[in-house]
Amino acid sequence: MQQELLRVEGLRTVFQTSSGLVRAVDGVDLSVARGRTLGIVGESGCGKSMLSLSIMRLVPQPGRTVDGKVLLEGRNLLDIPTGDMRQVRGGQIAMIFQEPMTSLNPVHTVGRQIVEAMKVHSPKDSAAALKEQAIAALKRVRIPSPERRFDEYPHQLSGGMRQRVMIAMALACRPRLLIADEPTTALDVTVQAQILDLLRELQAETGMSIILITHDLGVVAEMADDVAVMYAGKVVERTSARALFEDPQHPYTLGLLGSVPRLDEDRDRLLAIEGAVPPPFAFPDGCRFNPRCPFAIARCRTEMPPLRLVEDGHEVACHRAPIEKALAMESAA
Amino acid sequence: MSVLLEVSDLAKHYPVKKGIIRQKQVGAVRAVDGVSFSLRRGETLALVGESGCGKSTTARLVLRLIEPSAGSIRFDGQDVTGLDDGGMRGLRRRMQIVFQDPYASLNPRLTVGDAIAEPMVVHGIGNDASRRAKVQELLALVGLRPFHADRYPHEFSGGQRQRIGIARALAVEPDLVVCDEPVSALDVSIQAQVVNLMKDLQARLGLSYLFIAHDLAVVKHMADRIAVMYLGAMMEVGGKGELFARPRHPYTRALLSAIPHPDPSRRGSVTPLGGDVPSPMAVPPGCRFHTRCPYAQERCRSEVPRMREIAPGQQVACHFSETLPDVPAAQSNGLTAIAAHRLALYDAARHKVG
Ligand SMILES: Nc1ncnc2c1ncn2[C@@H]1O[C@H](COP(=O)(O)OP(=O)(O)OP(=O)(O)O)[C@@H](O)[C@H]1O
Ligand SMILES: Nc1ncnc2c1ncn2[C@@H]1O[C@H](COP(=O)(O)OP(=O)(O)O)[C@@H](O)[C@H]1O
Ligand code: SF4
Ligand code: SF4
Ligand SMILES: [Mg+2]
Ligand SMILES: [Mg+2]
Repeated sequence: MQQELLRVEGLRTVFQTSSGLVRAVDGVDLSVARGRTLGIVGESGCGKSMLSLSIMRLVPQPGRTVDGKVLLEGRNLLDIPTGDMRQVRGGQIAMIFQEPMTSLNPVHTVGRQIVEAMKVHSPKDSAAALKEQAIAALKRVRIPSPERRFDEYPHQLSGGMRQRVMIAMALACRPRLLIADEPTTALDVTVQAQILDLLRELQAETGMSIILITHDLGVVAEMADDVAVMYAGKVVERTSARALFEDPQHPYTLGLLGSVPRLDEDRDRLLAIEGAVPPPFAFPDGCRFNPRCPFAIARCRTEMPPLRLVEDGHEVACHRAPIEKALAMESAA
Repeated sequence: MSVLLEVSDLAKHYPVKKGIIRQKQVGAVRAVDGVSFSLRRGETLALVGESGCGKSTTARLVLRLIEPSAGSIRFDGQDVTGLDDGGMRGLRRRMQIVFQDPYASLNPRLTVGDAIAEPMVVHGIGNDASRRAKVQELLALVGLRPFHADRYPHEFSGGQRQRIGIARALAVEPDLVVCDEPVSALDVSIQAQVVNLMKDLQARLGLSYLFIAHDLAVVKHMADRIAVMYLGAMMEVGGKGELFARPRHPYTRALLSAIPHPDPSRRGSVTPLGGDVPSPMAVPPGCRFHTRCPYAQERCRSEVPRMREIAPGQQVACHFSETLPDVPAAQSNGLTAIAAHRLALYDAARHKVG
């Protein structure tokens, strides 16, 4: 059994909007093992970012986390005072985002921003010591000539370089957990490969855990040890990365797998998933995937399927998984 | 198949000026810097390369939305580079574009029906009644419903808006559709719907696509031939089978090996290319890829490699493409039996339902 670093139980984050109640994160359970990478995969709007912001207690107004637990080494982060939470952020847990430009301040040098980030956690260090540490941090993320880059502004850096700076800032205080929300989505594949490589090396060096949010199944296969597939605010399948690809169970997972063109085979048509994700204030009753699911039966329209164990370490929220058995029973009946 | 579009030595340089009162030209952005390719009727040619390599500029040049600094574009045998507005008018109808951003490319104040009919109005095709009928036909063609004609763009999802953009491009029955990253902004499930639609329409209408994308897996699925660009210039052009199986340019190889595969058994096979793309204002001399090329030699730093044919239909701009080490065959087991079985069940069930 892997040692657990973070455990999320029944997490629920909602937004009260004029169109109705948006259940952005709706009863999510997760577990992140020490030194391992959990991939969270799903399409736009399924709640990946709100989940990570909920863990960090950074949900924007008017959103509120209304239920659940976020246990970091047993301590529920949702219960601790705001001041303590500030210490956790950037201390034990750090986060990087999709668009490094919007998270960096354009009017300050890169060096100053790293120093500011480090000051929060080591306020007693001298300016010279902080500068030295900042340059070391730039070196760690393999930025060439870090002394020169220290005095440059974000716009003078390429997208990949900016993401390296973000990683340097995030890792400055040696967090136990790094939450990376689509860290390579805005980058070219070649630059993405560099950043993924870097994350992997840094993980091997520091033993940190990573939550890697992505919509790219290729990135999941390349990076993740464990995976949670999200759809409409819920985790619908949870297992090891290997099992997700070798033994995919949830119909939504199947649809995703069938939608990505593969370099290792030639198909005339992609599988594609019919329809689109429902608007968040109007999730259907029963299984939220039912309007798009080709296997849906009457029960799926009324009864929400809970996550249940189908194999060792493999949970699926579908009434009919594994589908080949359900279909065989149906045709026998 | 006959050639529909032929582009030779096309260039677009943007002057860079300094000084406020007496502006002096201090350099140039070589956005497109001598590009040649041809597109046959009914074929899809994909343009691939990292962002900023000049794909969109090439697209705009082909459509003559901007004027080239040098080079020529022949469309259906006719040199269009010298044509005036009158001469272009007839041709414009025959070349249409689909943009990346389905949100930005539709006028929010036009109903979908009016948006689709607009190019017909511009080109003076038909009357109100015939255009309305054509709009209905186009909506059906792209998988939308008749009543959608009276709705506004904000009522549609990204994938639906992209379908509207495609219907609009097809309204004037073009020969060539330039698609600038048409699926890059879409979720994978929706991307698959649009890719399938575009392939169907091509088969039905005999369209030629100049298809710009940065996702090589999508490109492999869509294209017949592929042109790889780097820093404004063409590195390799070839049929998709050849190019993926035997890439002959180091940059093509670098792009291919950067792709993470949806297959955990291939984990670790991603090899990143070092360094960053140089600025298009300071294109390296010799081979423009030499600052990042793992095979670069002395000659590469001074002598520009010409584009040359090294196999039938495959052209490469590299001095050493014959002597590059062989690429190890990709070790891929594909889908497991059970995964393939469930995907087949999904497909079968979907056809039964839909
Ligand atoms: N301020 C807000 N008010 C109302 N609803 C919101 C707000 N912010 C987010 N949501 C909703 O919460 C849901 C989850 O959003 P989230 O940003 O977590 O999605 P995501 O999975 O990260 O998507 P993407 O892949 O596009 O980043 C969405 O349906 C979104 O519309
Ligand atoms: N109007 C312009 N003025 C100056 N530079 C431009 C202009 N348009 C494009 N460029 C530059 O030309 C290069 C190629 O751009 P583009 O064709 O948009 O690339 P791609 O579509 O491949 O991402 C980029 O470096 C871009 O910044
Ligand atoms: S519960 Fe029903 S609708 Fe939901 S995924 Fe399973 S079969 Fe499909
Ligand atoms: S010409 Fe030289 S530098 Fe350019 S791609 Fe070939 S080997 Fe590399
Ligand atoms: Mg997000
Ligand atoms: Mg572009």
